[in-house]
Amino acid sequence: MARLTFIGGIHPYDGKNLSKNKRIRDVLPKGDLVYPLSQHIGAPAVPIVKEGDRVLTGQKIADAAAFVCAPIYATVSGTVKAIEPRRVVTGDNVMSIVVENDGKYEETDPLPVKELSAYTKEEIIERVKEAGVVGMGGAGFPTFIKLSPKNPEKIEYCIVNGAECEPYLTSDYRRMLEEPEKVLDGLRIMLKLFDKAQGIIAIEDNKPECIELFRKLTRNETRISVKALKTKYPQGAERQIIYATTGRAIHSGKLPADAGCIVDNVDTVVAICHAVMEGKPLMERIVTVTGDAIAKPRNFKVRIGTNYHELIEEAGGFKEQPVKVISGGPMMGFGIFDLDVPTTKTASALLCLTKDDVSAMEPTACINCGKCVEVCPGRVVPKLLADYAENYREEEFLKNNGMECCECGCCSYVCPAKRTLTQSIKSMRKMMLAKKKK
Amino acid sequence: MSDLMKVSSNPHIRSQSTTSSIMMTVILALLPAAGVGVYNFGPKALMLILITVFSTVLTEFLFGLLIKKQTVSDLSAVVTGLLLALNLPVGAPWWMAVLGGVFAILVVKCLFGGLGQNFMNPALAARCFLLISFPAIMTDFTCDAYSGATPLALLKAGEDVDIMNMVTGHTAGTIGETSMIALILGACILLVFGVIDLKVPGTYLVTFVIFLGICGGHGFNPAFISAHLAGGGLMLGAFFMATDYVTRPVTKRGQYVYGAILGVLTGIFRIFGPSAEGVSYAIILSNLLVPLIEKSTMPKAFGKGGERS
Repeated sequence: MARLTFIGGIHPYDGKNLSKNKRIRDVLPKGDLVYPLSQHIGAPAVPIVKEGDRVLTGQKIADAAAFVCAPIYATVSGTVKAIEPRRVVTGDNVMSIVVENDGKYEETDPLPVKELSAYTKEEIIERVKEAGVVGMGGAGFPTFIKLSPKNPEKIEYCIVNGAECEPYLTSDYRRMLEEPEKVLDGLRIMLKLFDKAQGIIAIEDNKPECIELFRKLTRNETRISVKALKTKYPQGAERQIIYATTGRAIHSGKLPADAGCIVDNVDTVVAICHAVMEGKPLMERIVTVTGDAIAKPRNFKVRIGTNYHELIEEAGGFKEQPVKVISGGPMMGFGIFDLDVPTTKTASALLCLTKDDVSAMEPTACINCGKCVEVCPGRVVPKLLADYAENYREEEFLKNNGMECCECGCCSYVCPAKRTLTQSIKSMRKMMLAKKKK
Repeated sequence: MSDLMKVSSNPHIRSQSTTSSIMMTVILALLPAAGVGVYNFGPKALMLILITVFSTVLTEFLFGLLIKKQTVSDLSAVVTGLLLALNLPVGAPWWMAVLGGVFAILVVKCLFGGLGQNFMNPALAARCFLLISFPAIMTDFTCDAYSGATPLALLKAGEDVDIMNMVTGHTAGTIGETSMIALILGACILLVFGVIDLKVPGTYLVTFVIFLGICGGHGFNPAFISAHLAGGGLMLGAFFMATDYVTRPVTKRGQYVYGAILGVLTGIFRIFGPSAEGVSYAIILSNLLVPLIEKSTMPKAFGKGGERS
């Protein structure tokens, strides 16, 4: 049988060996915790505490202010030190709640929990919403919205995205190996919402241990199957993973639910499990701290709000001066210039490299080689779209499916002329989206 | 330390392949054919190759001085020079090689915006320019080793040809086109290193064979077909010049269309044209159709029907 995959994509050096065998370790924050009010797609959350207030671990400190929004919880006990703009990974200053950690980790009582079968669908969605669960693969879309599509009876597949196709990242891998039951519980909760749905755990075949483990654990499950995907970037992109597992293809204007699918990342599914089965809000995530500049690459269970400096310290500091530090994976992460930023709900990794490919290679003239066309999972012509974007030719950009780009970065990666294709197309898309909103 | 870190838009890693590494691979892939040419036609062939390459590189360098932007290091001028030399008869005088090199780089490439902007393959455009300007010299393949007509010309005249000699390269012809083995070896290098794929050359050759079978007057006679495949500039053209990135369509379906057009045009020129040859003209003519082909073969996006193609 042909391996499950999509057309296009690339095989970059994956660097996962640096950290894949390191067990997840808890990191307790020492310094101040910073909670940006915007760490999800949608409206910023609104603070419900004020300077000087004492907060407990698990206490809500900012509430959802709109439909597309997610509440934020304190992850330590301590005092609200300030509510002020703080730098985040994108380089922007975002209004944030700063909590001084008192080191006591006093907790609020978790919400009462019951057996999964005793929950109603509405209760589950309400729990997920209240817990502030958002897509932790990087997008940060509030999960309760994904879980409440227009026609729930038309959802046929709930897909757990365990592809982890980004190079260097091993956080999902460790989570799946060490807490598989939580992943399965999270998926069972999702399946409870959708009566007709089948659960799929989709994992790239470079993680045979995970595939085997889940196959063993789901042997007696009638509604859950494990699917091995071909190892290729961006196998874990939402539309690509839907295609690989179900053969259904949707364009950018559609939602996974339109194809009868709900896709959630491994960490998100675990957060759903915490919210429903343990009554705990989203307070932690797994972060891979890795790269050739890091002394001891590790996978950490990090409380949201922890400063990146502390993560570097926990990983033994730098063994070599990093030239490039990336929050997230090398393909879609953010290059950061200041380590004094907090871990957010969507930060899957902190990657420190001693070499920067981008500045080492000057862009030159396009030679029309067509490699970008070959690798583009969106099946567009990146070299042409980048030309249109660079010359602000809006009409042609839109006509040639410019909005179908998922910004995965494959085109820039393969380009022998080292053109900044993704960057150009991405900027143009942003402009077009902003224009559409007006 | 924060000011030492570099920031850029994603992705933050790049493949190691560069324009010059691709050009280097093409140069390596052309060496077997060039080697057989030199072995076959003697040191004069080597001189001609060196002169042509020198003139293309020097032209690009001087033009770079003029516009204050040097691009010689991308090695594309070397490729153009080498290709042009392989397309010259060994009897061509040195000034013709220089003229061809200057024409290829200055007129066809630089004046249209440099690498990536030329609408015709520079080496082939220069060859055709020389062919039209100096037809007698350009079609005179007499040299110490061989007298007169190329196998294709003999074939056209209705005479028998020795296929074995055509495969190994012991025939009259331009410096680089005679040895099918050397060219196939080079093509394999390009295929293995992923510089080219079979879309263009495959469609080209298949279409050409079909056309030949239907319109060639000999049906699908294996001897006739293989003589046509091994003869003239077909192998050199199909694998090294029709596949030129800049002047072939970038779209997948477009590449099949382009290959098919090449096959038909080469067939027409070889069978019905006055000359036995047809590859060069077929390619530069098809180069002109590329914008149209691209426009009409734009891929469908993922989710809009493009997920399977």
